[in-house]
Amino acid sequence: MIKDSIKMSWDNIINSKIRSFLTILGIVIGVASIISLITIVQGATAEITNQVSGLGANTITIQAAGTPLKQGLNDKDLDYLNRINNIKGVSPTITKQVSIASNGKTMKNVSIKGKNNIFFEEESENIILGRGFNALDLDQKTKVSVLGSDINKEIFLGQNPIGKDIKINGLTFKIVGVLKPGSEFALSSNNDSIFIPYSTARTALSTRNIKEADIYMADSSKSDEIIADMKVVLNRAFNYKEDAYFIFNFEDVIKAIGDITGLMTLLLVGIASISLLVGGIGIMNMMLVSVTERTSEIGLRKALGAEPNSIQLQFILESIFLSLIGGVIGLLLGLLIAYVAAVSIGYPFSVSIMTLFIAIGFSSVVGVVFGYAPARKASKLNPIDALKTL
Amino acid sequence: MSEILNMKNISKIYQMGSEKVVALDDVNLSINEGEFVSILGPSGSGKSTLMNIMGCLDTPTEGEYILSGKKVAGLSEKELARIRNKEIGFIFQSFQLLPKLTATQNVELPLIYAGINSSRRKEIAKEILTRVGLESKINNLPTQLSGGQQQRVAIARAISTEPSILLADEPTGALDQETGLKILELFKELNEEGRTIIMITHDKNIAQYGNRIINIVDGKVTESGEFYDKG
Repeated sequence: MIKDSIKMSWDNIINSKIRSFLTILGIVIGVASIISLITIVQGATAEITNQVSGLGANTITIQAAGTPLKQGLNDKDLDYLNRINNIKGVSPTITKQVSIASNGKTMKNVSIKGKNNIFFEEESENIILGRGFNALDLDQKTKVSVLGSDINKEIFLGQNPIGKDIKINGLTFKIVGVLKPGSEFALSSNNDSIFIPYSTARTALSTRNIKEADIYMADSSKSDEIIADMKVVLNRAFNYKEDAYFIFNFEDVIKAIGDITGLMTLLLVGIASISLLVGGIGIMNMMLVSVTERTSEIGLRKALGAEPNSIQLQFILESIFLSLIGGVIGLLLGLLIAYVAAVSIGYPFSVSIMTLFIAIGFSSVVGVVFGYAPARKASKLNPIDALKTL
Repeated sequence: MSEILNMKNISKIYQMGSEKVVALDDVNLSINEGEFVSILGPSGSGKSTLMNIMGCLDTPTEGEYILSGKKVAGLSEKELARIRNKEIGFIFQSFQLLPKLTATQNVELPLIYAGINSSRRKEIAKEILTRVGLESKINNLPTQLSGGQQQRVAIARAISTEPSILLADEPTGALDQETGLKILELFKELNEEGRTIIMITHDKNIAQYGNRIINIVDGKVTESGEFYDKG
């Protein structure tokens, strides 16, 4: 009986192909937009999160403007920060714009950054040529330097800079390494900077105050505790003037991105759902027309012994089939759109199982909800009246 | 011969606004198994109402209707559907075939609702279509058949579930005279095979094909029980 109802419903859809197609168009568009939006936003989110985590996951950055009395962090503060639990190390940064000269070229206002060995241990994968600094460089305050990729290109295009000399702020440094080009997502690019050991920088750049430091976390799940400990140290350092420093956690950024894209997905899906609603109304409309058109058929079926339930089942099934076909076509179309978007924007294309459930689930719900009233109407038709309308 | 249909004091009254329209007025009749009964009456006489009640498509306002020993009054929609399926074979003036189904599929319809499986349905349909002389047309659509052939498909459909009675409403009304006569001959044959037939018509000449005529005028059965020798 169910099998026959399925067959009858299916035959009826097949028998009016063009009308069935036009009817499901609304569902196709609705499901396609939901699926493509979800897939595109998810793919883009994954890519952005991935890029951002590459920049500084596991690091917490301190920007310390300081107070008029104490313009930045000092060695004692760094020592306290170093003692915080669950961290790998502290990497302070000293920055100054100075002139440089090497290989017969001179550049003004180049950003020189004093960094320690911790930084190069953590960022070792970013050294493409030579080496970073080690503990000995820091202890001995050696005059070595690592070039950002743009500086290297500017001065040593096509040449190997390793072992060459460079004049920084009037002092001669040996070039020991080159960084690879940084991500375009970076908040402050290292491409046009030159790195020297932090301990050397303090004298070479005659800067005592440290305005910036990165904390490398050993366990990023403990970021809240680490930040709390940092606040204790920094509050003591700056006499509880909270605007003297700013703690910047990359995890927060990633979480914020996730929140924003999640909200965006919800919003877009909400808008796309409207088209699904319109599609559902389209199906209901078509089903009501169909019931009216087939009044005499329904009357005949009743006269031949069809129970009200089997008439209702037949029409509900027809509505579900229509929506499901629309859902499947919409799913394929949506994935195609998402694939084209992924390829043209340039992030990896991936499909979540969830989208499949959304497409199939949404469209069957639409089928049942919008097919119910017409099917009910059909099952309630009086066979005598129905047979008269021929 | 055992009684297959019995109506006692059947009345059907329609309320049309403030007016009451009496479609059937205290009808009493009894039909036995194997009879070929013509119900003769002009249009508006109540014969369609009578047929609807006989066919369990409608219920009387008053009176008792017993079909195959069962009281029909008070049955649910579902039970009425089952009776229509098992006990009654309808034949309509305008054939009422589903245009997108083949002859076989049309004949299969009541068998679907009787819960018979697909392969058995096809066997029965083929057998019955052969019986009504359409063995070469079993896969034709109604539009590929003449009026007479369409009515034969409809008759095949009506007898497919082996119902207790065949109810034919002006079965020759949409056919030319010659084709109509062939259909009436088919009815006679089916009746001779033992099927009970009730035929509704407004045409005296057609009514003669039955072996008993019941006249109905203004909702009243005015003449009943008269047997005709159809020599």
